[in-house]
Amino acid sequence: MRCRKCGEKAAINMRQHKLALCGTHFLDWIPEQTQRFIEKYRMFGEDSRILLAVSGGKDSLALWDVLQRLGYQTTGLYIGLGINEYSMRSQEMAEKFATENDLNLTVVDVADEEGATIPEASKLTERGKGKPCSVCGLTKRHMMNRVAREGGYDVVTTGHNLDDEVAVLFGNTLNWAVGYLARQGPVLEETAAGLVRKAKPFCRFYERETAAYTLLRGINYIYEECPYAEGATSIYHKELLNQMEEVRPGLKLSFYLSFLRAKESGLFVQESTLAKSKLAQCRTCGQPTTAPDQCAYCRTWDGVRKRRVTTREGETR
Amino acid sequence: MAVRLTLRDKEFTVNPGTTIRQALKLVGIQPESVIPTRDGELITDDEILKDGDHIRLIAVISGGSL
Ligand code: SF4
Ligand SMILES: [Zn+2]
Ligand SMILES: [Zn+2]
Repeated sequence: MRCRKCGEKAAINMRQHKLALCGTHFLDWIPEQTQRFIEKYRMFGEDSRILLAVSGGKDSLALWDVLQRLGYQTTGLYIGLGINEYSMRSQEMAEKFATENDLNLTVVDVADEEGATIPEASKLTERGKGKPCSVCGLTKRHMMNRVAREGGYDVVTTGHNLDDEVAVLFGNTLNWAVGYLARQGPVLEETAAGLVRKAKPFCRFYERETAAYTLLRGINYIYEECPYAEGATSIYHKELLNQMEEVRPGLKLSFYLSFLRAKESGLFVQESTLAKSKLAQCRTCGQPTTAPDQCAYCRTWDGVRKRRVTTREGETR
Repeated sequence: MAVRLTLRDKEFTVNPGTTIRQALKLVGIQPESVIPTRDGELITDDEILKDGDHIRLIAVISGGSL
């Protein structure tokens, strides 16, 4: 297969776009497209102060690289989850990338902030029923927003790609989780109640494109998966969607784009107005919540700390 | 000699003469879920496998709650 732009040997073929490109042209194409999505979905501007969530994985490091190449002002945020070897290695990757590219990286550690690592916390809460992903996701979202608010950032960006987006969309559609559907999209607007604007500049790239970008740019990322990712529903959904994509190239992209169009034309408007009207401030942390008193984050971590004390007392007795 | 395909710690042996895409399907790997490389170079999956080729497949799916 040949590059459409120069006729050299292609490095990647994107069947959904009927587009094959060589390494050089692919490395130009990704930032061009990213810039196009940033403008199309009005994600942020040249002067915006951007907080970029960095996990050490391919998507977040590729995004950091692209935004830097495009000249945006970014600060990375690495959240230490305390998942043994995996967390140590991914933090190393994030730090190495920041140092080599002369970028600012803020590191926060969940255990330092809240008194327990993610795996410890998941054992001490009902949330997620012993599986850490639910507490982990909740904690990451909360900390991103907290750091963004405290640091006065205009927007939080994450490296979510189209496969991530479509897997979530698929799951929410199967459950007709209209509240979640109403909130899904390339941009989550800020709310008066203190939720910082969120944007996903890679939301239209397939996962294999972001992976190809990191490989071609020679970016070192953590290749191993988090040990808890195994068997995750999101991975199961991604595999199912890839099976369909195989037969109908472009299906994942059109699923996402037609969802965005449907939303644009007013589907879920009721739900999103309803959700906004229900937002209150958490009495402990001040972040917005749909719960009447304390947000899910504060409730979960208060519970973890309480149980921790009781188990400790039990041990010493 | 044959063709070796490796993906993480798994290894598959296939016959030369087919495309990478066909070989992937044969061993039950979704072409969408990997990037084929040879000698560190990215290649497209319409390439015909040659005797002695070693194709390293890079897994692209990652997961967990986001
Ligand atoms: S797989 Fe689960 S536990 Fe691991 S980082 Fe992702 S959300 Fe957290
Ligand atoms: Zn080219
Ligand atoms: Zn709270």
